[in-house]
Amino acid sequence: MKLAFGSPALDAASRLMTPFMLMFGAYVVVHGHDSPGGGFQGGVIIAACIILVRLVRGRAGGWMLAPERALAFACAGLGIFIGVGLLGPIFGGNFLDYSALPLLLEAPKARAAGSMAIEIGVAVTVTGVLSLIFDALVEARDDG
Amino acid sequence: MIPTLDPLAVVFLTLMIICAISVLAVRDLLTSVTIFGTFSFFSATYFAILGAVDVAFTEAAVGAAITAVFFVTAIFRTDRGAD
Repeated sequence: MKLAFGSPALDAASRLMTPFMLMFGAYVVVHGHDSPGGGFQGGVIIAACIILVRLVRGRAGGWMLAPERALAFACAGLGIFIGVGLLGPIFGGNFLDYSALPLLLEAPKARAAGSMAIEIGVAVTVTGVLSLIFDALVEARDDG
Repeated sequence: MIPTLDPLAVVFLTLMIICAISVLAVRDLLTSVTIFGTFSFFSATYFAILGAVDVAFTEAAVGAAITAVFFVTAIFRTDRGAD
């Protein structure tokens, strides 16, 4: 979107909200394994924050996640998920079996750490894909 | 055996039905998208009442925020009327 709908009120409100949204998104991602939330919801919140800034300040606002970079984010998240999942078979467990990882932790804590890594991968993927969808819609508008 | 209904659940289910009908009845697409976001919020609250906090969280984040933004962007790209 080349033109932002920026007005002073929108700009002030988005400036106030943005850091809290990012913080809350990170909180939801990191605490996903033992409380409501998780990688998907946290990724959606972070993507909503990026989209909010893009709506208010336009492409020149400095928050542009370029489509290529967003695609790289999505693939990197998938790589994190599969990589952490494949660490289980490498160390003699099943796929996604975090208790087999050599983390020097008891099994429950190793499982918590492993699922947190998975959640981070999911969050990165969801953020990239949602930003990419928004970019696709907006770019199509600019062409036409 | 007749299942008992929580009065709060009845309120939110009624509001959801009203919202769903008005989404289809309204002729302006932007109004329709806004009412659809309201529908998502009511259904998220209803999920939270039922104890499914995780589902309610997803519904509030995806249904109310992201879907509404994508629909509004799509409406700006096309025509606003439903005809």
